Order: sequence, then structure tokens, then C-alpha cells
Amino acid sequence: MKHCLVVDNSRVLRKVTCRILEDLAFATEEAEDGAAALSQCRRRMPDVILLDWHMPNMSGIEFLRALRGEAQGRQPVVLFCTTENDVAHITEALGAGADEYIMKPFDRSIIESKLSEVGLLS
Amino acid sequence: MILADFKFLAEVLRRRSGLVLPQHKSHLAENRLLPVVRRFGFKDVPALIAELRHGHEALAEAVTEAMTTNDSAFFRDRKTFEEFRDIVLPELLMLRAATKRLRLWCAACAAGQEAYSLAMLLDEAKLAAQGWSIELIASDINSQMVGRAQEGLYSQFEVQRGLPIRKLVANFTQEGTHWRIRKELRDMVSFRIFNLLDSPHWLGELDVVFCRNVLMYFDQKTRRQVLKSIARVLKPDGSLLVGPMESLASLTEDFVPFEHAPGLYFRPRPPLPLLRRAMR
Repeated sequence: MKHCLVVDNSRVLRKVTCRILEDLAFATEEAEDGAAALSQCRRRMPDVILLDWHMPNMSGIEFLRALRGEAQGRQPVVLFCTTENDVAHITEALGAGADEYIMKPFDRSIIESKLSEVGLLS
Repeated sequence: MILADFKFLAEVLRRRSGLVLPQHKSHLAENRLLPVVRRFGFKDVPALIAELRHGHEALAEAVTEAMTTNDSAFFRDRKTFEEFRDIVLPELLMLRAATKRLRLWCAACAAGQEAYSLAMLLDEAKLAAQGWSIELIASDINSQMVGRAQEGLYSQFEVQRGLPIRKLVANFTQEGTHWRIRKELRDMVSFRIFNLLDSPHWLGELDVVFCRNVLMYFDQKTRRQVLKSIARVLKPDGSLLVGPMESLASLTEDFVPFEHAPGLYFRPRPPLPLLRRAMR
């Protein structure tokens, strides 16, 4: 079973996203900001991360840069999942090492489509 | 909806578009007719059907359009596009090396996602720079859908189903909450309103036909008729792509399946070199 870390400061959104992912046979874990996500990744690296942009303590983009800068171990697939829906933000995220980008609001079909895009769903 | 009204509606739909409306979809049909009821100022669906019985042409057209299924997505059934790119296209480039001309048809294009997905693939292959002339024709029975396809403007929801983010950034410009496909790709596709029951002679000779997830809405007789039409316009060494779950078995002898790629059909002929290699 693939393991997904959902990083978002909205508890409701984390729950909704986790429900969709569990329906798609992913094991899920949650983090409420980039700093918490980074320490969870250091303990156990997930297969995929769904990542919000604006969060207290450490933003999504700061987290991603830190994660991609970690020299050791395998790197997870990272999908940004944010209300920032303009080309500048998308380009910045891809430049920092994001694999895909989900613009909120999303639904199950979009999550499925994006996971399939990165090869985690057939 | 009373049974007599449903039967009349189903017959109008079958005659005009070939679409089969099974009785268990009566409720769905009523829901789809409600916008037409409002647009034409009828009291309710029975009043609309009563007027339809008087042969009101504009109403019949609006009803037919309302009943067509227009759900689509960019790169829907991604594997089909990979097969087109990796199997069909390389062979065609070899076969047409002398003329450097390719003609493709999307037979039921809905809001244009399939045609523009193909345009993106062909654009990535940089064929124009190598002197190729590509003609991409896309048609649909629904005039509103053809209008939308020509606009090339999609909601944030639509561009997130099937379209990789890098392709979105490379090929679309943002307009508020919507995204418009770039002009060079819009210019690659000619859209046209066309009923698959009509004669396709205007298409001329084609190298590839995409007719995906369409035949399943027709009865057997109409499926055969549409396949005959496609066979008439497809070159003897051309390819037909239907939906991966659609089978043409027992429907036609004009096409044979390529067993290594569900949904890909050829005219009966000996396999060509690239295909022989792909089959190994």
C-alpha cells in the first residue's frame, strides 16, 4: 500500500483529502505545516506528498526546497495542492521540484487524474 | 414522463442522431430536458413533448443536443494517446514520407479536448518544422459543443482532468478562472458540426479516425452504418481508434483489431514493419 502525507493547515481539508486517498487504497498521514511535515519525512519518507502552499511555521514551497535539498534517501513524489492558481506560482513550484500541481477546489476525479499522471494509479 | 411521451422522445432521438435512449434513463432524460423547457418557455416536459410532436425543428435540434453526452477530458484514456504517439504515428510518418501530409479526424469531439490533446502531441513531434502538413478535423453533432471547442476556453476543473501541469503551462494562457489553449494549437484544428448518420464524403481521405466512446450509445444497426462510413473515408492503410472498452467484434469486417493495443483497429492488411516490431 502506498503511503501519502497530506500537508495542510486546514484540518477539514486534510480529512477530506485523506478520505479520498484512503478510498483510492493509500495509507495516509497528516501534517499541519511544513515544519511538522519535514520532521515526519525524516522519520519515515512517504511515497507521495500532497502539499498546501500557505501554512504557518514553514510554507509549502520552503518545505519542498528543504525536502529536495536533503541529500539522503529516496525522494517522494510531491503534488502541490493549493489555491494559488496562477502561472507564476505553478512555475515556481515546478522549479522547486514539484511533480504535479492541483488547483483548489478539487474533487476526487482531479486527485485520481493527478495521481495517475505521476504513475501512482493505473 | 408517461410511456408514450418517452417512446416518442426516444424515437426522435434515434432518428435524428442514432442515439439509443433506454427506458431506465427516463428520469435522466427529463433532467436533461429541463434547460430546454426553460429556454423555450414551456410549462413542463410534457408540454415540450407535445410541441415536439408538431415537428418544431429548432426544438427537435435543441432536444437532441440536450440529450447527447458531452463528458470528455484531455488525454482521456491516456494509453490510447501513447499508442497513437508510439505505434500509429511513427508508422504513418514512414508511410507518408513522400507526401509529408497527414489528415486526422476526431469524429465526436465534444468540447474539443480530444482534438486539442492530439494537437499538443503533434506539436510536440515538431512535424511542421520538418515540412509536414497536418490537417486535424474535429466534428460533433452538438453545435454548442463545437462552439465551445472553437473558443478553446476551459474551466480550472476541466484543465485538471487528464492534462499534466507542464502541458497546461506550456499550451494555455490563463483568463481569470479559465484557461485558453494557445492560438497555434487552435489554428491546427478545424471544427465542424456533423451528424455521424450523414454522409462523410466532405472529409476526403483520412489517415486516422478517432471515434472513441461514441458507438456505445448507438444500436447495432447504427454502429454498423457509422463504421461503414468511416471505412469509406479511411485510407486502406489508415487506423481507427475507438474506446479501449469498445469492441467492434461482429460489427464489421472492414477493421481488424491490433491485439496489443485495445481500441486500436486497422483495415485488414498484412502488418507493416513497425507494427511487426511492436508485436514482438
